[in-house]
Amino acid sequence: MRIFIAVAALVFAAMSITAYAGKTLDAIKKRGRVRCGVSNGLPGFSSPDSKGKWKGLDVDVCRAFAAAVFGDSKKIDVVGLSAQQRFTALQSGEVDVLTRNTTHTLSRDTALGLNFAPVNYYDGQGFLVRKALGVKNARGLNGASICVIQGTTNERNLSDYFRKHKMKYKPVVMENNNELFKAFMAGRCDVFSTDASGLAAQRSKTKKPSELVILPDIISKEPLAPAVRHGDDEWLDIVKWTVYAMIAAEEMGITSRNVKRMKKSSDPDVQRLLGVIKGNGKAIGLTETWAYNIIKQVGNYGESFERNVGKNTPLKLARGLNGLWTTGKNGLMYAPPLK
Amino acid sequence: MHYDASGKGIGISSLWRDVTKRKYTIQVLVLVGVVVLFSVLINIASDSLQKQNIASGFGFLAREAAFEIGETLTSYSAESTFGEALLAGLLNTMLVALLGNFLAVIWGAVVGITSLSHNLLLARLARIYVDTLRNIPLLLQLFFWYALITEFLPAIRDALNPVPNVYLSQRGMFFPMPEWGATHGWALVALLVGGIAAIFLYRWQKLRQQHTGQLFPFYRVAAALLLVPPLLAWLIGGAPVELDVPVLQGFNFEGGLALTPEFLALSLGLVLYTGSFNAEIVRAGIESVKKGQKEAAVSLGLSRSQALRLVVLPQAVRVIIPPMTSQMLNLTKNSSLAVAIGYPDLVNVANTSMNQTGQAIECIVIIVFVYLSFSLMTSAFMNWYNHMTRLVER
Ligand SMILES: N[C@@H](CCC(=O)N[C@@H](CS)C(=O)NCC(=O)O)C(=O)O
Repeated sequence: MRIFIAVAALVFAAMSITAYAGKTLDAIKKRGRVRCGVSNGLPGFSSPDSKGKWKGLDVDVCRAFAAAVFGDSKKIDVVGLSAQQRFTALQSGEVDVLTRNTTHTLSRDTALGLNFAPVNYYDGQGFLVRKALGVKNARGLNGASICVIQGTTNERNLSDYFRKHKMKYKPVVMENNNELFKAFMAGRCDVFSTDASGLAAQRSKTKKPSELVILPDIISKEPLAPAVRHGDDEWLDIVKWTVYAMIAAEEMGITSRNVKRMKKSSDPDVQRLLGVIKGNGKAIGLTETWAYNIIKQVGNYGESFERNVGKNTPLKLARGLNGLWTTGKNGLMYAPPLK
Repeated sequence: MHYDASGKGIGISSLWRDVTKRKYTIQVLVLVGVVVLFSVLINIASDSLQKQNIASGFGFLAREAAFEIGETLTSYSAESTFGEALLAGLLNTMLVALLGNFLAVIWGAVVGITSLSHNLLLARLARIYVDTLRNIPLLLQLFFWYALITEFLPAIRDALNPVPNVYLSQRGMFFPMPEWGATHGWALVALLVGGIAAIFLYRWQKLRQQHTGQLFPFYRVAAALLLVPPLLAWLIGGAPVELDVPVLQGFNFEGGLALTPEFLALSLGLVLYTGSFNAEIVRAGIESVKKGQKEAAVSLGLSRSQALRLVVLPQAVRVIIPPMTSQMLNLTKNSSLAVAIGYPDLVNVANTSMNQTGQAIECIVIIVFVYLSFSLMTSAFMNWYNHMTRLVER
């Protein structure tokens, strides 16, 4: 029965999608809220706090959309989705956008009918093992049992990596991240493998994080980016430039605290970003204060990063690839000119 | 309107006016309606999928799958195609369905008969078992068994070793398997021959009993027929005893036969859950046979067990089989809960495939098609069975 409902929903969705094309923003305005699909509970990226309020780097992006569209970052509906559910949820119009550690790949961009916004976290797949196992690197994993989440790039990367190195492994695949992690912690698998950021998040949830180690090897590129349905350029533009605006703000040294003062900056770039010099808002189809509202209510990219996953959080992630390109280290965060 | 001599309408309008013809007319119209509706739906759907730039069609079945599956009955690997991946999933579903149903029917019969036992304690226990298990959602039971195996059995390095070469750990059960050789093939042939001989023997002794009234110790002879020939074949072949034993190598046991926690938890959960329904069916079936039948049989001189076997059960079976068949179908469909505990059944593999290819609709069509065929096959069997066992009036 469940299966029949699923087919009906999919076919029905497939038919109604055309009605949505080009109309996502209208639907959002009518509803009064932006609806984002996020992962079900990944501390630092998207997880509900003790009061049931969603928090995290990915949730911040969602709040930024609401700030841009409505001038109010609270106007969001957050839908927790498993890796397996996320694409049908987006395709069928259940959510307006995925801000859900989703890797940008060619097949998702094409065959799945998605469009990707700029990357909001550069990641790579890693391995989490118990310290007691005594494994030092990925080459020592021949013959291991590996827990991996269904419907992820991780499933395929594993098989590619082991094939390339002529090694063997036994996958244990589940849709539910929590059940799977429980099985790993119980000892069903030697290894839990997903994006390194996800490993850090999972580890932070355990009672004794120090008993688990993340191996040094990173076996894939996982550029995690917000995704929307193919065919609605207007909405894609808003999603794209929202992410860029947060990066640009950090580049220009604008933070949630100084943004009001920065309005008086003499720098034309800053003035354009904050809507003092008008034009950007009209071009993108929003108010001129769209970016100001994002920065004021959500903060720039660096603030969001430090608040959710940075050095002073349980995840303790370094900026690394996610630093600004201007720092002279290996940072990749770079926003095209907002003019 | 023209009527022929028998009063039946002729001409086109008779398709509607004539009662017998009308039945068919309506059916044909409904069928045409359904087909048209579906093709319109499919057309609209594929049209908008195209506009959305979402891939469609079944071409992906021939493409490389590039993901591993935990356990397969085929020689599947990441280099195989999506089609082969789905086939491996289908075979896993069938393995669980066949084995699960086999055990659930036996277990159900045992519990059902026990619940009618004169031993009150046993009967009570059987009833408690049935009432409890039937009322706990299967998904919870599966999680329970899975947790029991993975959390409470020892780690692989400390695996329990109850019998030499048999290991029990949170990674599953590991058994030795005979090293397959030609002798085993011959033993299998001998078993087959013995089986066929047993069938002929059954017919012969039945006929003889009908004609002469003489009884024949069929079960004992049949057991010998099944056991002795394979044993002889094995002895003649030099009694090979080489075993493929599981040995701990690196992370896991290699060799022998491995039953994973996913497979064990799923099978156990399905058998115990469906078994409780089957037990009720068996109990109701036996109770449906009037007490007078048994009393009459006993007063004719049959022993209690003969009365049960020859008089009560044949009548009960007629009542038992139809609901039992639908329980078998239920078990098969419920096996799709495998996804929750990571057993790679058809639905699990299809889920992975649909996310790798983005072709959710196609994958779901395949799933629906498979389960629909199971259902249709079952109801075909039911119809045939009802036809076979209907009371023949003489
Ligand atoms: N980036 C990968 C993996 C995404 C993924 O599902 N990651 C896991 C761990 S990093 C997750 O979010 N799990 C939480 C959940 O399933 O709710 C992809 O796009 O396929």
